Amino acid sequence: MRATVSDLPLVLDGVSLLAGATTILDRLSLSITPGAPTLIVGPNGSGKTSLLRLLMGLAAPTAGRVSWGGRTESKPVRRAILFQRPVMLRRTAAANVAYALAQAGTPRNERAVRVAVLLERVGLFDLAQRPARKLSGGEQQRLALARALAREPEILLLDEPTASLDPAATRSVEEIVLMAAQSGIKIVMASHDLGQVRRLAGEVMFMVRGALCERAPAAAFLDHPTTPEAAAFLRGDLVI
Amino acid sequence: MSVEFSAWQLILNGDAALFAIVRLSLAVSLSAVALAALIGMPLGALVALTRFPGRSVLVVLLNAMMGLPPVVVGLAVYLLLSRSGPLGSMGILFTPTAMIIAQTVLIIPIIAALTRQTIEDLWAEYRDELTAMDVSQAGRMATLLWDARFSLLTALLAGFGRAAAEVGAVMIVGGNIDGFTRTMTTAVALETSKGNLPLAMGLGLVLVAIVLAINAAAWGTRVWSERQAG
Amino acid sequence: MAFRFSSFVSALLLTSLAGLAPASAQDRSIVVASTTSTQDSGLFGYLLPLFKAKANIDVKVIAQGTGQALDTARRGDADVVFVHAKSQEEKFVADGFGVKRFDVMYNDFVLIGPKSDPAGVKGKDIETALKAIQTKAAPFVSRGDKSGTHSAELALWKVAGVDIAATKGPWYREIGQGMGPALNTAGAMNGYVLADRGTWISFKNRGELEIAVEGDKRLFNQYGVMLVNPEKFPSVKKEFGQAFVDWLISTEGQAAIAAYKIDGQQLFFPNAEKKGS
Repeated sequence: MRATVSDLPLVLDGVSLLAGATTILDRLSLSITPGAPTLIVGPNGSGKTSLLRLLMGLAAPTAGRVSWGGRTESKPVRRAILFQRPVMLRRTAAANVAYALAQAGTPRNERAVRVAVLLERVGLFDLAQRPARKLSGGEQQRLALARALAREPEILLLDEPTASLDPAATRSVEEIVLMAAQSGIKIVMASHDLGQVRRLAGEVMFMVRGALCERAPAAAFLDHPTTPEAAAFLRGDLVI
Repeated sequence: MSVEFSAWQLILNGDAALFAIVRLSLAVSLSAVALAALIGMPLGALVALTRFPGRSVLVVLLNAMMGLPPVVVGLAVYLLLSRSGPLGSMGILFTPTAMIIAQTVLIIPIIAALTRQTIEDLWAEYRDELTAMDVSQAGRMATLLWDARFSLLTALLAGFGRAAAEVGAVMIVGGNIDGFTRTMTTAVALETSKGNLPLAMGLGLVLVAIVLAINAAAWGTRVWSERQAG
Repeated sequence: MAFRFSSFVSALLLTSLAGLAPASAQDRSIVVASTTSTQDSGLFGYLLPLFKAKANIDVKVIAQGTGQALDTARRGDADVVFVHAKSQEEKFVADGFGVKRFDVMYNDFVLIGPKSDPAGVKGKDIETALKAIQTKAAPFVSRGDKSGTHSAELALWKVAGVDIAATKGPWYREIGQGMGPALNTAGAMNGYVLADRGTWISFKNRGELEIAVEGDKRLFNQYGVMLVNPEKFPSVKKEFGQAFVDWLISTEGQAAIAAYKIDGQQLFFPNAEKKGS
């Protein structure tokens, strides 16, 4: 079943999200297909997190339609998300990964091996028996990545996962993300760190005030932005 | 004077009859807590995680029932278990089993209401993560109950405190039979009615000491295991 | 390493349920609905081990007021009733709830009052004493719980020519509790109270209370015992229950009752006639 159902392409068709009278997302129509990492870039409050929640199916649009591989049922099949501040379950690092595996339907007798592989992949093998809540911020973020990867996603959504991490922790998270991208997982990641965009992005979606302002290959966006908002953002001006 | 003196001797020397009373009190109240936890915790978690018409009425009702008067519960269970009542054929009125049933009924609302609040708060924190992992409703309940285990210990202790301290329900359904259904609280009530106030007070202090010791042990366990599990 | 909650709960269940063996078919025990006076005076504590040694039957006593004890039996929740309010008992038997009533023993009531004796009743007969209490509106504590003692008290007011229902004022306090609490209350408010001698003798918290009136033969207090009707309630353990009744009115049981003393004073006077009513 898992092999036959796909969450891609992920399509937004005229999607708006309102909170009372406030427009959070404004008539977005876009399609996400397999390929190099997409980075969602924009100032705080531009709707990056809300867009990721819609893409994950955690929130329903006020207007328009979201579909995953042609399905509108929001049940996550082959997608996963990494929150800015992931919730660590009150158990060991290994048990956190095992939990995600169980939820993803991995047979019980395969879990122990998969836990070891995933923890090794995020560099937490030695901390397997450490309570998850005792890990550092960077370690927690990597453990959350292991949990997300346990779902064997086609598409991995990340919401500024390195926003509160130091450079060393940021680097190890980015390495895991790049590795995942190389293994064929579609990466969609929100960021407002232009250096990170340069290091990771294949393409950029630039958002302002809930609307998709510009979508372009990373190099083109960084060197020759076509909209004045993007140019201002890249210069470091405040974009409201 | 000599009678009072021997009463104190009885407490200080750990007399066998006193030990039996303490043991029965603990057995009844701890069983009631365990049963009420098995029913009340899933119930509280279910109410916390589901939305249905009349839910707020149920929440208010659960909260209000935390103050159920023990005598009323005792009377209801008595009428149920009496030979003339619907469950009379079981023949368990005036037995420890009847006392466990009454106390279980008494503390289910306490455990359910406190569990609901705890789980609802935790759910606010876990909602996105568990939804993203596509966790089933039953799985959510189990996960939240397990992850809230340290906080839920407080709900259990509240239930235990209520059960161990009440006299109305066990008196009515147990009958305060010497050596069979006499607990710490009914013994205190009896000694008070006999005018044996020093012994009644002594028994009361023993009860308070035991409840205190159990709470201290539970608290210690919580602190220790929380340190372990983070 | 983690706090194993589920095993904690099951361990709790196991330890707490262990030893609470359910009543089995071999259960040689009966439930006797009786009065607070027989329990609080310590009579049962003395009699039951003797009966157990003789018949190997455990007697579980539910001590309530006579009215409540009869109600418990009326619901089929007791095997034997052992109380002291003859007219209520006779009605109980007449209504078919009891098999046959036997006189067992008597004790007597005493009027207890504060040493200061505000109504001046000390040494008077009970009729004069109650009249004086009512006239002077001296504090009086009534059980008010349909117990045998309560019935006796109401009958004595009638003897004294006082319509207590019509004339009671704030001086007349109905507390709706057992003998002990009534004595505690009387002690606390310097009031009078009618008590059975057995409870009075074994009562510890006397404070300023003492006997004001005693020895009047109208203070006579008869105890009766009866088996709950097994035809009405098949659950009644009639053999064991009848064995207890028979033992109480046997020469041996009667001797045991007479032998029970506190501080050298006999509390109950056996007077079984064996023929029953």
